[in-house]
Amino acid sequence: MFEETPHIRQKLRVETTAKSLFLLMTVFIIIPLVLIVTYMIYKASPVLSLDFLLSKPIRGMRDGGIWPAFLGTLYLVLMSLCIAAPVGVMAAIYLNEYAKDNWLTRTVNLAVINLAGVPSIVHALFGLGAFVIFAGIGRSILAAALTLAVMTLPVIITSTKESLAAVPMSFREACWNVGATRWQTIRGIVLPNSVSGMLTGFILEVSRAAGETAPIMFTGAVFYKAIQEGDLFAYGLLDQCMALSMHLFTISTQVPDVPEALPYATAVVLLSTVLAVNALSIGLRVYIRSRKKW
Amino acid sequence: MSEEQEYSIETKDLCLYYGDFQALNNVTVNISNGKITGLIGPSGCGKTTLLRCFNRVNERYGNVTTTGEIRILSKNIYDNDVSLINLRKSVGMVFQRPNPLPISVYENVVFGLRIHSKRKELKKAQLDDAVEKALREVYLWDDLKDQLQTKGTHLQLEQQQKLCIARLLPLKPEIILMDEPCSALDTEATQAVEELMYSLTGKYTIVIVTHNMAQARRVSDECIFMLLGELVEHTRTEDMFLNPKHKKTEDYIEGRYG
Repeated sequence: MFEETPHIRQKLRVETTAKSLFLLMTVFIIIPLVLIVTYMIYKASPVLSLDFLLSKPIRGMRDGGIWPAFLGTLYLVLMSLCIAAPVGVMAAIYLNEYAKDNWLTRTVNLAVINLAGVPSIVHALFGLGAFVIFAGIGRSILAAALTLAVMTLPVIITSTKESLAAVPMSFREACWNVGATRWQTIRGIVLPNSVSGMLTGFILEVSRAAGETAPIMFTGAVFYKAIQEGDLFAYGLLDQCMALSMHLFTISTQVPDVPEALPYATAVVLLSTVLAVNALSIGLRVYIRSRKKW
Repeated sequence: MSEEQEYSIETKDLCLYYGDFQALNNVTVNISNGKITGLIGPSGCGKTTLLRCFNRVNERYGNVTTTGEIRILSKNIYDNDVSLINLRKSVGMVFQRPNPLPISVYENVVFGLRIHSKRKELKKAQLDDAVEKALREVYLWDDLKDQLQTKGTHLQLEQQQKLCIARLLPLKPEIILMDEPCSALDTEATQAVEELMYSLTGKYTIVIVTHNMAQARRVSDECIFMLLGELVEHTRTEDMFLNPKHKKTEDYIEGRYG
């Protein structure tokens, strides 16, 4: 009874192979990540310091720090988030909670998803045409942030819609059946229980906006701009600015004889900024989620 | 509750379509005031759909067309001057799966008051009273008076379902619709909820959808049997179970199909 037949042994061998293969692939994606990050930090270590972060580039960007670029990226990312988040969340609420399920809604939903796949260079040209030239804002932080916002809107809308849809229908039914309007239902029950999911969308938007070069290159980012070191309010809305991604591109490809450590250090700062913002949102998400249970 | 009215719900030639699918076919029914009316029939016969017509919440579920007439307390609820908000305030619903809101017990009970009043109008004492009164009415007060800040979703299922009933009471509803309120509960909890229903008769008109013949027989004063979107038989419960008039009713309550 119950003994192993060759057929069963064969199946078990396949099982082991399959499992090892999947494990191997998982390791494969972790190794490059670890290698890249360690290598970057190793290469950047000679110049990496607080001083590097807080001072401006000197000697034609061959020395000094990255403060103007760092601050520029912060401005761009935060402003684009401030523009895209409210618009995106409200649109998502409409699409998920109010819109009837008809062909128009389905088309809009499909369009939003497709919009997320539009290459950033296309958004860059759109931003240049619409904000810089047509709206007459000119090349500026505002125009660049608007462009980034347009680019990241689909991501925010999609993730917000998903987090709204994750709130059980029975909660809505409960509210409707005591005579709550849709908005009272959304305000009282749906939103408080979907905030954590929305934050995911914001995380994605931040990561993407911080890393993009093309959209800001056309609409507001410049090679070099001198600002007061360490001053958080050094840029005005209509100023042009430096940005980390752009700076990285510049010193890696456009300026000769840049010491090797500089681009690596810039990359480390860019990565850490994104990670820091992500960590903040993830922390917030975990906190909110720990308080919600049903 | 107005005593002079014999019926609190009257429908006439009520038809309902989900898109092209006809879910209700010429349902004409009068539901007695202050009694418990059971709604029985096999799955998909339109019981829940009919129930949801009574506070027009069907319309929130997308592509629904209704024809015919529904009168609640003699008022045609398709009249232009009917506010859905006030209609649903008077005609509350309890669901199959207890669905307390993910907020505290206290907030669950006063949820209706809060959404129907201006913020300034609500005094703390008044809310406290409403909570105590509603929870006493559903026999939860003694169990829960010390844990009003617990989340409604953390209670036991039986307590959750009672809380869902309690949630309707501060709004002084006329009619309570119950869609298989016990099917997620165990026998003891079912008994407790049924007892609660008895105690509510007279004060409220209760319409209960149930799959459980024995339950329909135990709790209801009158019974409605539906099949494929049509009303087959509507009589006093004893009559239906002892002398069903229609062959189909008889076969169903004897369990020959379902």
